[in-house]
Amino acid sequence: MKNSIKSITVHFTLLLILLFSAMVQAEHQKLIMGRSIEAFPETMTALQDEIKKAGYTLSFVQRVDVGLTGMGFKTDKYRVVFFGKPEEIEQLPKKYPQLAPYLPLAIAIFAEEQETVLTAMSPEFLAPAYLGEHPELKVVFDRWKKDMETIIEGVCYPQD
Amino acid sequence: MKNKLNWTGFLLSAGLILMILLVGIAQTAIAGTANQTAQPADMGEVLFQKKCSVCHGSEGSGGVGIPLNLSDFLKTTSNKYLHQTIRLGRPGRIMPSFNQLSDAQVQSLIHFIRSWKADIKIPQYEQANIAGDKLKGKKVFDTICINCHREAGIGGKGTGVTFSRPRDAEIIAPAIGNPAFLAAASDQMIKKIIMTGREDTPMMPASSMGLSEKDVNNVVSYLRSLSTDINMLHKHEHETGAAILTYESSYSMEETIENMKQAALGHNFRYIREQTLNQGFVDKDQENKDEYLIYFCNFSFLNQALSVDPRIGMFLPFRATILKKDDTVLVMTVNPNYLCSLFNNSELQQGCEFMSEQYEAMLEESTL
Repeated sequence: MKNSIKSITVHFTLLLILLFSAMVQAEHQKLIMGRSIEAFPETMTALQDEIKKAGYTLSFVQRVDVGLTGMGFKTDKYRVVFFGKPEEIEQLPKKYPQLAPYLPLAIAIFAEEQETVLTAMSPEFLAPAYLGEHPELKVVFDRWKKDMETIIEGVCYPQD
Repeated sequence: MKNKLNWTGFLLSAGLILMILLVGIAQTAIAGTANQTAQPADMGEVLFQKKCSVCHGSEGSGGVGIPLNLSDFLKTTSNKYLHQTIRLGRPGRIMPSFNQLSDAQVQSLIHFIRSWKADIKIPQYEQANIAGDKLKGKKVFDTICINCHREAGIGGKGTGVTFSRPRDAEIIAPAIGNPAFLAAASDQMIKKIIMTGREDTPMMPASSMGLSEKDVNNVVSYLRSLSTDINMLHKHEHETGAAILTYESSYSMEETIENMKQAALGHNFRYIREQTLNQGFVDKDQENKDEYLIYFCNFSFLNQALSVDPRIGMFLPFRATILKKDDTVLVMTVNPNYLCSLFNNSELQQGCEFMSEQYEAMLEESTL
């Protein structure tokens, strides 16, 4: 009887894992995007807050619009926000040098009149390029994806 | 005995999961029905804000995507067309295919889009094809329509326009030769749009362009003769290559950094800044000088690329990552050709190929 219960538990867990992994695989996403109805400055502040709230460190803000307008081109506010976890920035390039060009993580943020658009590459997009050789990175990619979705949703749909 | 127990365990647990799933499906169906009957537009609004507003604007007034709240758009597009467009997307024209949404979700989205102009009567079209002369239609198309919709109706330039940049019009001529458009739009709907034109857009009524009803029928027949095989587009997807471009340097770390600066300048890129990879994550004295980033930009190219698709800025300007591992110096960068497929925007393809070539040349020059 005891063995039977143990067997049920093991099978149940395995089937649940299979079921959930199938569900996760079914929903592929290349870009993580969101629109904030707030203007650029408020959205930029909210983005930085959400990045910190998710446990990441903001390392740099690339002022793309400043460079463009400085060269005579017309554009509204356009920035790229770089962020990461210090321990991952420290360890991952050593273990996986080929991942370094995609570090730190980045979210582009640009104004569209009175609203603001956020857009980022889903780490899931990199899976075919890296997981064949390093399947253990799936956990990292999945977490980054979830965190980036949480960050962008937190900025764009704060009431949820 | 042990095997028997295992089988019993497997069957019992499988049965248990089936029960949970059935209960879950039943609950979802009940909740779905309740939502549909109670507040379908609300459900649609939530979905719209999460899935569509980023491109079409929070009130459907457009942005990266076309404006959806124009009266003439809502007057002439059928629900079937909207449904099919959401399902199929527009291959190569930014709009992705939302085939993971349920029919009820798609219906709620359409209901919400309609709620902006609730007084507009929803058009319904006969499905009968129009029998026109496609050769004569091509002549008309190549004389008039081509000016905005371009050859074979591939659509106006600048699919990725945004209100963050100067733009000539609020709407870009749609890709009316796109297989997904042709699969979604009936002949009668296309005819109606050509006949009446669309207010608040450059699309004039047929009569203002000097076209008779017969001419319009011919143009519809010509459009219908274009490929309707959506899968054909995927067959033409270009080779994307590897996720990164990597070169092993024959020089020291310092020499490679200097070479990279020279190579970038030689390719009309401006130096922006350089830093260690972990700058901003650790104290200054703990920065790792064996992991280095250098940023360059070709502003003219950046400006052009952003006007085609503003989202591409997430991996521009050009960043070279230089790593020293043991005695090896590696120079790497993201591969624009690989990243291009993120955007479902065929207008970007040429630019991505150009960037990949430029990046590759700079990496080669700095390492060999």
